[in-house]
Formats: sequence, C-alpha cells, structure tokens
Amino acid sequence: MEIDAQGVYYRQLNEMIRDAVRAGETHLILRNVNGQRYIGAGLNGKQVTIEINGVPGNDLAAFMDGPTIHVRNNAQDGCANTMNDGAVFVHGDAGDVVGYGMRGGRVYVERHVGYRVGIHMKAYKNQSPVIVAGGTAADFFGEYLAGGTLVVLGLERGGRPLVGDYCGTGIHGGEILLRGEYDPWHVATEHIGVGAATDREMAAVRPHLEEFASAFGVPVADILAELFTVLRPKSHRPFGDLYIGRP
Amino acid sequence: MRIATKSNVSNEFRQVVDHDRCIRCKRCVMGCGFNALEFTDRVVPGPEPCVACHFCTTHCPQGCIEIERNPHARREHDVWSVAQQKRILRQAETGGVLLSAMGNDRPWGVLWDNLLLDACQVTNPSIDPLREPMELRTYLGRKPERVEVEYGPDGKRRLKTKLAPQLEIRTPIIFAGMSLGSISLNAQKSLAMAAKQVGALWNTGEGGLHADLRDYADCAIVQCASGRFGVHERYLKDSAAVEIKIGQGAKPGIGGHLPGRKVSADIAGTRMIPAGSDALSPAPHHDIYSIEDLRQLIYALKEATEYQKPVGVKIAAVHNVAAIASGIVRAGADYVYLDGFRGGTGAAPTVVRDHIGIPVEIALAVVDERLRREGIRHEASIICAGGIRCSADVAKAIALGADAVAIGTAALIAFGCHVCQQCHTGNCSWGITSQRPELARRLDPGVRSEMAANLLRAWTEELKEILGALGVNAVESLRGSRDRLRGINLTREMLDPLGVKHVGE
Repeated sequence: MEIDAQGVYYRQLNEMIRDAVRAGETHLILRNVNGQRYIGAGLNGKQVTIEINGVPGNDLAAFMDGPTIHVRNNAQDGCANTMNDGAVFVHGDAGDVVGYGMRGGRVYVERHVGYRVGIHMKAYKNQSPVIVAGGTAADFFGEYLAGGTLVVLGLERGGRPLVGDYCGTGIHGGEILLRGEYDPWHVATEHIGVGAATDREMAAVRPHLEEFASAFGVPVADILAELFTVLRPKSHRPFGDLYIGRP
Repeated sequence: MRIATKSNVSNEFRQVVDHDRCIRCKRCVMGCGFNALEFTDRVVPGPEPCVACHFCTTHCPQGCIEIERNPHARREHDVWSVAQQKRILRQAETGGVLLSAMGNDRPWGVLWDNLLLDACQVTNPSIDPLREPMELRTYLGRKPERVEVEYGPDGKRRLKTKLAPQLEIRTPIIFAGMSLGSISLNAQKSLAMAAKQVGALWNTGEGGLHADLRDYADCAIVQCASGRFGVHERYLKDSAAVEIKIGQGAKPGIGGHLPGRKVSADIAGTRMIPAGSDALSPAPHHDIYSIEDLRQLIYALKEATEYQKPVGVKIAAVHNVAAIASGIVRAGADYVYLDGFRGGTGAAPTVVRDHIGIPVEIALAVVDERLRREGIRHEASIICAGGIRCSADVAKAIALGADAVAIGTAALIAFGCHVCQQCHTGNCSWGITSQRPELARRLDPGVRSEMAANLLRAWTEELKEILGALGVNAVESLRGSRDRLRGINLTREMLDPLGVKHVGE
C-alpha cells in the first residue's frame, strides 16, 4: 500500500500508518517523506514492513516492537529510541542518539552515525540489540552499555576517526566491535577491556555483518578483511568501589 | 583507596537484652537482616552494626530487647557534629562517595509546620462530613480552555469539547514511584493492590513493570526514566499514564542508583541488565538536552500510546522551578510532578540528598502562581510530593494549588519501615527494600496492602473533616485557595513566594 506523505503533518501520517496496519496491511511504501517525526513509534507486528522514500524526522521507530523499516535516505536523530524489536535499515547516515536504551532488534546504518549512539542499550537472554554503522561514530559511542552489540566498520571514513571521545565509558555488559585502526585514546578508561575479537565473537556477529552486507551491497569479504577489536566490560560494576554504603 | 583495617567509625546504636526474661527463641537473631545479632549461649551483638530498624524489638515475644543510642558520649559541637565527624572518618578510610537512603533528614525545617488552616465560625457555616457527602474525586490531566455543550439527538445536553485523556482518582492522594529493585516485589504488589482497592494510583518507578503485576497496570503510572528500564510498547499501552522522570527530590540532577547487590536474577530480567551490576541511570536523558527535546519525547510517547494516555513529567524541586514547570507545560505535559528535597530514595549520595533541592511547599506555590499568571494553569495538573506526612499536609498542599499529592515514605512506614536509612544495603529486615528472598517474603501483600489502603482511607476521612471545617464540600473548592492558609513564624521573604498571609492578617 502506498501513502503519499507530501505535505502531510506527522500526526496524520502516523495515524494513516497505524490505521493501515490495523486494517491488515503488511507492506507500506511511503513517498515524499520530509522530516515527519515518530514514524513507526510504538508500532508492533513482525509482519509489517515500511519503506520510506525521503528523509524521516526525529525518533523514527521510537518504542517500536517488531516491524522492519527501510529508509532510502538519511535518518535524523533518535532513530530506534528505546526500540524493543524489529529492524531499521538506513541507506545513508543517521544522526545522534541512535538506539538510546534499545532493548532488541537491529539497526543497520550504511554510513556514519552521530553522537551518543547506543547509550545504555540493554539485553536479556536472547533479546539482544545490535547496531552496525558502516562508516564512523562520534563521541560517547556505547556509553553505559549494559547489553547488546555495537559495531562500527569504518568502510568509508571521510577523514574522520573511527570513533570519538569517551567510547564505551561505563560499559558493564554487551560488547563494542571496532573494525580496523582506531585512536587508542578514544577508549581510554581503566574499566574497558580491549582485545582482538575471538573466533567465537566473530562467529556471533557474522550473521549481522552478512545482513548489513546484503542490505547495502558490500562484499562480506571486504568487511572481514580487517581485524576487529572488541571492547568488553572488565567488571559488571565499573564504579563499584566508588560508592560506600556502610552506615 | 580503601584502608585495609577494621573501621574506627563507632556504631550509632546498641542492642540491650534482658537475658532473665529472654526465652532464647532466637527470633531476633533470625529476624535481623543486618547480621547485627548473634547467639552464643545468649543473644549478643553480632559482627555488623545495628541500624535501629526495630524488627527485633517488634517481634520479640517477651519484649525484652531494646535499642539504645550507643552511649559513647562526645562533647556537643555546633559545627563538628558526631555525624559529621563519622562521615569524615568513613571517607578517610574508603576514599568513596557516601551513600544513604530515604529522604533528607537534616534540620532545614518543615514548612508545612509553619502553615495553619482556616475554619468556619459563625459567618459561614461549617459542614458536617458525617451528614453531607464530600466530593474528593480528582481528575488529573490537561483541561480545556473552555467547555462547550451541545444538544444531542436525544435532546439531552452533552459535552461538545473533546477532552484530553484524564486520570480519575477517588481521593487526591496517590503512591509515589518506588522502583522494583529499590523495593521488593511484595512491597510493590502491596502498593498496587491498595491503589486498586481505594481507587488511587501507584507508580512503577524506573525499574519496569514485573509480569506478576500486569493486572495492576491499569491503575499504574509507568515511568520512562533516563535508564529506560522496562520501557516497551505493552508497558506503555497497558498503563494508566506515562511519566517522564527527569529527576527526583532526593537526588536532583543525578540519575537513579540501584546498587549491584540488589540486582537479583529477577531484577536483572525486569531491567534487562547483567545480574549483580549496578543499575545506574544516566544523569540526563541523553535525548533530552533542551525543552524542545522534552517536547519531542512527550510526543513520541503520545504517538506510541496513540494519544490515549496522559503523559506527565516528574522533576525535582530546584531553583527556577517555576520557569522549568512553565516550559514543561508548554512542551505538552498533561501533568507536572514536583518532588521536593525531602523526597525519599533507595540510594543516593548523602551530600546530594541533603544539600540539593528546595522544599516542595515553596516549589508548589511558585509553580502554581507562575502557571496562573501565564494563563496556562489549566493545561496541566500539579502533583506534589516529598515528605507528605499526614492529611493536614495534603490539605495545605491543595490549598497552595496542588491537584494531588503522592506519598512514598508514609506508605513504607505502613509496611513496617522505621526509616533507618539503610535501603541501599538491601538488608531490610522488614522485606521492604530487600531483594534477598528470605527477607522479601516476610512482607505479606495481603496484610500490607490493607494497611496501605487503610492509610489512604484514614487520610481521606481526615480530609473530609478538614474540608467540612473549612465550609466546603468539594476538594475542588479548596484547590488553590491560599487565603484559607496563614503562615506562622515565617518572615516576609518566606510568606511572599508562598503567597500566604501571616496569622492575624
């Protein structure tokens, strides 16, 4: 089903999308999207796919639970904010605060992501979120990570460093994978364990790299040609000694 | 760096046992969650310090155990209090941030105790609540600018104006947010059951909604805090309302803190973090760096809940709270929850708990006044909290402008809490703030929910007495009526922001 979003206010556009899904539509194609916010917010249903032509506004797929969204352009800020399940493919860049508090599902961004990406993502048993960025990420990547997998590939760096300052600060669960060269001072705190990716870690992330590769037409072999470094929590209580509870 | 010797900080309390009357049942020893009692051939102090939680004294069948202040007398000093000296020594031994729990206990004064209510005498008859019905029902949510009425097809008048979603409560008192993790599942269940019974609301706090409490979601305000624990689509859609927690009175400006020892397997599952890890919520929401960002999150939540639920914002009472509240209302919030500096917590750095924030009485008064002056008071309800102790505090809060109040500590006291301020240790003997199964199981939701419900019922009846004395039969008639209050022992600087006259005026 096609929806022309030209000149449609976000509130009406999202109502149209929700009504369509309620009526049983499973494949929606949006045309002429131009900054409308909250597309897919709170939407559920693994059978639903939404294709977005144009640039969606902030908080795309916020609190989303199951659907798949393809963005044929850049996404803005807050993409997959507190997303519970589903998949978002961005054929371009994504902005700041991607996957804040994300709890499951996957986000694949073809090129760069901005600041504060993957903050406080969390996981439990087989519900584990994944974000893969094909280009670079800026400051505070994976801050306070409690679970899930963050991957930044640096396939095209555009003169930027792979990650920015304060990468992984406060990590106490999950892992961050960095492909290729990065500046060690960007990962400079005592509670982050840094090491080459093990075979098991590469095997676990492989399906996501393949999904990324197939979505954006990048040969998997190219992705795997570089070594991956993994950032892991050294402790599940990195600030444990800082707080004193005795009376 | 921690000094590896036995601490020299002396115990504040000691247990005194009458060994002649003691029947050696060991109930006190088994009951103590703090490992502060032992049995050799008689009950003796244990390896850990007593915190005066009084589980032992309450349950001793012989009444033969007492808790005393440790009589290591020290010279009184206005600046170097014993508590202050101990804090310094503790920090010298550990190099760490001192944690405490519950609310600010310092002598900053309680403004509710400087306010007195009016009553009717002669010129305006008082009302007898036992004879006349009193309307305490309260609706929380955005009210329309004006109300239009039309005639329906049946010839009867009906409301034409479309109302924003409202929360209906039978009494203007709800339970404050206390997260699963900071308190036990049994404690939360007790609050939920009491709320449902009385027609009030409870609040999940920032720890998510446990599967066992799903039946109580429809009378729950669910929190969306900076850690986003437990926030998913069903959580939002099953709730009565969604509350964005920006801050809380006990620790303004910093995020939630659940120490790792309280993150049991059950908590780890509900919060989706590794068991045993500290659940530290970030200080700000990292997607809220401006008032426009707050508006964005409010509307993201409204979109996700299809505009069916009120979305409120909870803030700590700080300087300029009036301007902040105005921004929050203009950002689209359906209610503003003001938490004063006396608000409780399961864990907070002591210095933050005791020195940051302002009293809720002032915050409430200046926010209500500012919203009225800007012509937007009707756009959001005001809920206030932070050391509400009795129905008189509730009545005074309503007179200052609150639509409802929330109680946290008072409800826990109904569960047996003796405000020993050790919640962060997870050793609560009463099972209120512990995740240790052998302690949490002591809190019987069947009994404690009835006690919490009793508390709400009792305060509601007292409110009716107060309203009757004021000569009004609806809580709406008291709301914002500052003229029914007088200040006592207050300076002009205090009376002015409160908007209240002095007694005698």
